[in-house]
Amino acid sequence: MKKDYSKLWTLFKSMFVLSACTFGGGFVIVSLMKKRYVEELKWLEEDEMLDVTAITQSVPGPLPVNASVIIGYRMAGIVGSLVAIGGTILPPMVIISVISLFYNQFRTNPYIATALEVMRAGVAAVIFDVVINLAGNVVKTKRVLYIAMMIIAFIATYLLDVSAMLIILVCLGIGLIDLVVTLKNNKKKGAV
Amino acid sequence: MLLIKLFFAFMQVGLFSVGGGYAAIPLIQEQIVNIHKLMTLEEFSDLITVAEMTPGPISINSATFVGMRIAGIPGVLLCTLGCIIPSFCICLILAHFYYKYRTVSGVQIVLGSLRPAVVSLIASAGASILMLGLFQAELGEIVLSNLRIVELVIFVVALVILRKYKVSAIAIILGSGVVGTLVYVLLGAVA
Repeated sequence: MKKDYSKLWTLFKSMFVLSACTFGGGFVIVSLMKKRYVEELKWLEEDEMLDVTAITQSVPGPLPVNASVIIGYRMAGIVGSLVAIGGTILPPMVIISVISLFYNQFRTNPYIATALEVMRAGVAAVIFDVVINLAGNVVKTKRVLYIAMMIIAFIATYLLDVSAMLIILVCLGIGLIDLVVTLKNNKKKGAV
Repeated sequence: MLLIKLFFAFMQVGLFSVGGGYAAIPLIQEQIVNIHKLMTLEEFSDLITVAEMTPGPISINSATFVGMRIAGIPGVLLCTLGCIIPSFCICLILAHFYYKYRTVSGVQIVLGSLRPAVVSLIASAGASILMLGLFQAELGEIVLSNLRIVELVIFVVALVILRKYKVSAIAIILGSGVVGTLVYVLLGAVA
């Protein structure tokens, strides 16, 4: 893994902008990170971004911070992690510090309330755009197991409210079984 | 002493909040309202409202809000630091092992089965936000006649733009906020 300090400023700037504009939960920022780091900057592979998402969802702490640590580490080691975290936490720190001084005016402002409501439609469009690409690539693997897992996982999490953590654990179990089966098949092939 | 107490309170929040934003709320309440009595329950619910209206992870927002109200800027820095130290250590170790072993074929097979699940988790978050945007309600409480046409049009147009042109996601999100608010102001729906 090569460390590239020349990318630190771009890393900081990207994290800062993503964090400043991300309303909604952790998966919103993951969609934005995928667009930025995989599609625009081409720093990460798509699979890598999905792996990072699975890891960040499975460990304690805020998801955007966790993802920053890993992506930063990937780009420039521990220094990269620190730079990425800085970019991610500065916007909420500054915004909340300012708002905490006059949060009653902020909370009751009708323009802010309306903007925040309509922005959800834009956020949803961004997530759907990312999901269309990701789901398309899962379908392209032509593995029935993966396509079925994707559909079942969606039903479980969206319609049945199963926790993300549990879904990842179950899929981890399926992955381990898949590994054992593959190893056995390889052994058989080797014997023949 | 108070600052040290705050630091460790938020360190526990960071260490035990597994599974994203909303999992952290009861933990923060436990630490800040119940154990250390640094805020009243009413102040705490204000905090959650503000945290939901502003960008950034809810635990960082809370750490900043509590830190600012109790000890100003030093409070902000210490609370936030406490909150992210556990993440930093755990993720650094995991990142190290992930990049060391991720090309091993066995690890690839196991990770391969996690990826479809992650796609679904992202899709589910998107669907929830879309329903909230279109109907102002969670999935179980949707009333079809409450469909908001302005939001629907913004969603479709934004998605078409994203699919056809290389537009940044940030521009789409901020643009939809500005355009939507203008439309509602013109319709006279903002008092």
